[in-house]
Amino acid sequence: MKIHIRNGRLIDPANGIDAQRDVFVAAGRIAAIGAAPDGFVANRVIDATGLTVCPGLIDLSARLREPGFEYKATLESEMAAAAGGGVTTLACPPDTDPPLDEPGLVEMLKHRARHAGFAHVFPIGALTVGLAGERLTEMAELHDAGCIAFGQASTPVVDTQVLMRALQYAATFGFPVWLQAQDPFLGKDGVAHDGEMATRLGLPGQPVSAETIAISTILQLARDTGVRIHITRISSAAALDMIVAARASGIAVTCDVSINHLHLSDADIGFFNPNARLVPPLRAGHDREALRRGLAEGAINALCSDHTPVDDDAKQVPFGEAEPGATGLELLLPLTLKWAAEMRLSLLTALARITCDAARVLGIPSGTLSAGAAADLCLYDPQGSFTVTRESLRSQGKNTPFLGQVLPGRVQATLIDGHIAFENGR
Amino acid sequence: MLPDAERLCEALAESLRPGLDHETALVGIHTGGVWVAERLHAALGLKTPLGRLDVSFYRDDFGRSGLHPQLKSSDIPFDVEDRPIIIVDDVLYTGRTIRAAMNEIFDYGRPARIDLAVLVDRGGRELPVCPRWAAQTLQIEPAKNLQLERSEAGTLTLRLIDA
Amino acid sequence: MRNPQLDKNGGLQHLLTIDGLPREILNAILDNAAPFTEVAEREVKKLPLLRGKSVFNLFFESSTRTRTTFEIAAKRLSADVINLNIGTSSTSKGETLLDTVDNLCAMQADMFVVRHASSGAPFLIAQHLAAMKLEHIHVINAGDGRHAHPTQGLLDMYTIRHYKQRFDNLVVAIVGDVLHSRVARSQIHALTALGVPEVRVIGPKTLLPSDIDKLGVRVFHDMRAGLKDADVVMMLRLQNERMKGALLPSPQEFFKSYGLTADKLQHARPDAIVMHPGPMNRGVEIDSAVADGPHAVILPQVTFGIAVRMAVMSMLAGA
Repeated sequence: MKIHIRNGRLIDPANGIDAQRDVFVAAGRIAAIGAAPDGFVANRVIDATGLTVCPGLIDLSARLREPGFEYKATLESEMAAAAGGGVTTLACPPDTDPPLDEPGLVEMLKHRARHAGFAHVFPIGALTVGLAGERLTEMAELHDAGCIAFGQASTPVVDTQVLMRALQYAATFGFPVWLQAQDPFLGKDGVAHDGEMATRLGLPGQPVSAETIAISTILQLARDTGVRIHITRISSAAALDMIVAARASGIAVTCDVSINHLHLSDADIGFFNPNARLVPPLRAGHDREALRRGLAEGAINALCSDHTPVDDDAKQVPFGEAEPGATGLELLLPLTLKWAAEMRLSLLTALARITCDAARVLGIPSGTLSAGAAADLCLYDPQGSFTVTRESLRSQGKNTPFLGQVLPGRVQATLIDGHIAFENGR
Repeated sequence: MLPDAERLCEALAESLRPGLDHETALVGIHTGGVWVAERLHAALGLKTPLGRLDVSFYRDDFGRSGLHPQLKSSDIPFDVEDRPIIIVDDVLYTGRTIRAAMNEIFDYGRPARIDLAVLVDRGGRELPVCPRWAAQTLQIEPAKNLQLERSEAGTLTLRLIDA
Repeated sequence: MRNPQLDKNGGLQHLLTIDGLPREILNAILDNAAPFTEVAEREVKKLPLLRGKSVFNLFFESSTRTRTTFEIAAKRLSADVINLNIGTSSTSKGETLLDTVDNLCAMQADMFVVRHASSGAPFLIAQHLAAMKLEHIHVINAGDGRHAHPTQGLLDMYTIRHYKQRFDNLVVAIVGDVLHSRVARSQIHALTALGVPEVRVIGPKTLLPSDIDKLGVRVFHDMRAGLKDADVVMMLRLQNERMKGALLPSPQEFFKSYGLTADKLQHARPDAIVMHPGPMNRGVEIDSAVADGPHAVILPQVTFGIAVRMAVMSMLAGA
């Protein structure tokens, strides 16, 4: 299949290109940018007039809910959501049921996901067996099965000795470790940021120190073990400051933030909206402002959807009992564009955080439109906007605090390995 | 030309006088009925203190129009049991207010009898209610409301307004 | 987003919290409660306002006392009252909160009085009723988690107004476990909305929630300083399970610092009133000499509570 994408505005942050260029795709790869290669005859011409053409998006956290939670979502439903959202590569955290702690589970997931039109799936293996924080997983085996990093999703390792050994072991083989920073004790009961909103609503609060204490522990151990550490879903200004300071002192640490924490604060809990029940909790307005600036400046390496489809039964309960998480694959691009517009950022900078910068965190050569790269592309209408409704979401999870909002950026087509995975109206 | 309310009060007091005994209690209905009852109580020199009812809690239109905005407390400062009671109101119209007042009185006890004295009977009854005393009978079209007003000096006057 | 307890005309559709209610509505409830107090003195303590209506006491957390006051209020308004202690029935069988509500709606409920251990549960029910187009069914929050107990807050305001006539010249001190107290939150919102110029909270740092000052109160850790010149002292109940452990070392030590004794009360104004939402822990948050003394208005609170609940039910049912 040879595809000619014509007249689009090409934005390729990896190569610093923002110009009107045609794209030529052949054999699943980018054949050329600008002028057609000799003898190129397209089977299909896509008219991208008025559209933006960028690398397919790379999402550092998308829960596909398989295995174990098929009643919340299935691989098919979430892959459709990914394609509809322009996402062509995603990392999935290990908190499935059972957790991704055995090579067989990872191989099965990779096998199920190896399907034309499905996004590239990179599983994060469990760092400890059952995520229980006691015994190390067979990381080398898991790596061979396809895990690109190891982590604990939202379950902290309580025993710091186990944590240190896990980091030492991962460092032995050069495996990156992805950890969410949450102190197991200070983070135990709180369901909302410990501040005025939690006090007003009578919700148990989780202090910022639940995050900073854990970051401090992780950074100390990262320094001592030399492991490549990635801190996921940071939520507070203080956490960001610590990471920036650690980098300055020579610790190799990267971090990401979710679309929810980039746009929302604890005030968005409103009248107990269970869709705003997230882990980590939405923090104060000034935290959000710091995260928005940090991502713009590159202190935060990447933006992710933290896609977590939750069934209605688990959300239609009082706020504190609601299962945390929000669906997000289809909102990653719109919320990136919204953030970019509000911060007056160039699209090159903004889109880098969900393409080449995210690829760098993953350690994969994706997120670029260089000739020869995999033909993973996203075509979107920058003028188009849509209202987030249950019906408009292809994900089986309808749980998002952005329900009812009008967002910019409609994906018109998604190509994965040169295959048209999604086309608006089809 | 509406009759003079002060004159009607005097006339009503005179017509009540022969039927009273020393146990009789007057109960005025908020707000106009209480004003009339106060006049009667003074003119007749009754020993039993005056009762006052706000029938809002007993109105049959509660389900449609909700709680009345300016609720007043009912105050029955005597023992209702076996006592002759005269309900006093300013204007008798559909009879629904009187029904509500009788229901409320029975929640205080079982009176010996209940009579009704009104300043004006304007017709238009929707319930089988008949006053024993009415100082004046008028035929007033349904589109109008006849109401009693009290000036700052305390003078009572009747006024006809659009419903 | 519209406040889910108000209808589109700004009238009261449900009573879920005092937070955000305009002063006019609070005053209307207090004004309307006055005539209901007199009903208790009649031979027939019953009004026909809710005749033929079904009031469901939906208690997901047991509380005989609160349930009884709502039951009396509803029965004095001639409603049919159905008590459901769900903590012990459906949820243990796996039925969700909203399943239970749907079932009761199908039984033609007119009003739900909801007590739940989770903050926000009555909001969830109100939002569900709106989504199901069942706006004629009203919800009264009888206490949700740490969030709100609006009728308790209102009866406390009624009591204060009864004894002090006005709000705009008062110093009110709330003492004890504010962190876990839905009563304290409702009191704070009511007092500030009604124009009390100085609302204080007094307690150890372990029992005061973060940023409580942003709710418009002054924070004191020294009880004597906090009680100085107070017109109203509102004591909070200290739950048994919180008396020992990481929040407090012992009930004795709590009493020493924050228990209301005649000695500490001397720092308040001579005509100060002492309130408590009950049930009291004598010798923990309040000394018996004070609880039974001349400043206490704890029993009148209970009496007024019935009238206030009758007023709220009538206003909702007639809306």
